[in-house]
Amino acid sequence: MSAHLPPLLAWLVAALVVAGAGFALIGSIGLLRLSTFYERIHPPTMGTTLGLGLILLASMLQFSTLESRPVVHEIVIAVFVVLTTPVTYVLLVRAARQRDGL
Amino acid sequence: MNDPLSAALAIAQVMLALAMLCTLLRLLRGPRAHDRVLAIDAMYVNAMLLLLTFGMREASTAYFEMALVIGMLGFVSTAALAKFLLRGEVIE
Amino acid sequence: MKRLLPYPVAWLALVVMWVVLNGTLSPGHVMIGMIVAFAGVRGLAALDVPSARLRSFPKALMLVAIVLGDIVRSNIAVARVVAAPAARRGRPGFVDIPLELDNEVALVGLACIITATPGTCWAGYDPDTRMLTMHVLDLVDDEASRRAIKDRYERRLKEIFE
Repeated sequence: MSAHLPPLLAWLVAALVVAGAGFALIGSIGLLRLSTFYERIHPPTMGTTLGLGLILLASMLQFSTLESRPVVHEIVIAVFVVLTTPVTYVLLVRAARQRDGL
Repeated sequence: MNDPLSAALAIAQVMLALAMLCTLLRLLRGPRAHDRVLAIDAMYVNAMLLLLTFGMREASTAYFEMALVIGMLGFVSTAALAKFLLRGEVIE
Repeated sequence: MKRLLPYPVAWLALVVMWVVLNGTLSPGHVMIGMIVAFAGVRGLAALDVPSARLRSFPKALMLVAIVLGDIVRSNIAVARVVAAPAARRGRPGFVDIPLELDNEVALVGLACIITATPGTCWAGYDPDTRMLTMHVLDLVDDEASRRAIKDRYERRLKEIFE
């Protein structure tokens, strides 16, 4: 299926996907490895920023080429995540600080 | 598997599955409730990324809607859980 | 106008989102999108969501470009911290930053920027004292982080919204 992409673009999309998945993986490893809650809130945002961004870019490039028209609905996911992540983190950190009595 | 893209997508899927495993371990290990909620949130994000790579692999846009729905479910559930941790009830 | 169509920018954004999600520009879909978006902004009006006027579009684009660059840089920095052995990790900590922004939309923008850059996280805001508490993963210098937020983002947000 992906054979329809021109070789140069296929390599570019491949690199973007692996890089994005790599950032998400490092973020999740950080979530597992770091030692306190307040340190652990930072690495998962790598998955929601560069991890998500690179994979969405790759997906946009692939579908736009396959369907020979601009496919940009991935931007909706990006906007949605950019707007919702602060809400969950602010609530979660406030809950943690209250439970820790900070 | 001889073209670069399907190999890359397979590698990316393995990486994302490992990422989900890490978040699952953190979910099980805790130690406190807010650690577990954070792990659930990260797991939803990884699941969304995994669905997007599935969509690219099958060259089907149907997975895009699934990813969007997973993202929304993840947001609503973590926000509700965080609110519960904050106040002891979700709707006041 | 204000009463007929509250939040015109949000309305336009909702219509664009509807069209992008459906992937067509056919008049029927655009019409449905306009009606759904109208219901959406009426909902916003019922909730009395604060609004703001975008004063300078080029400056907003400039800020987005700066933030995108910072996201890439801070992602790499956090990846380094995760990869480093526990003994060589920096010191995490909270920083208090006095803010001058009054506009709520600008504050939301700042919250998005701070949470979107890994390594910094919004940890609380006191509207009475206008004090933002931020958690920093690798805290080298309190004053440097304070200056970075104020000079890089707050000043620009002030120019864009106030």
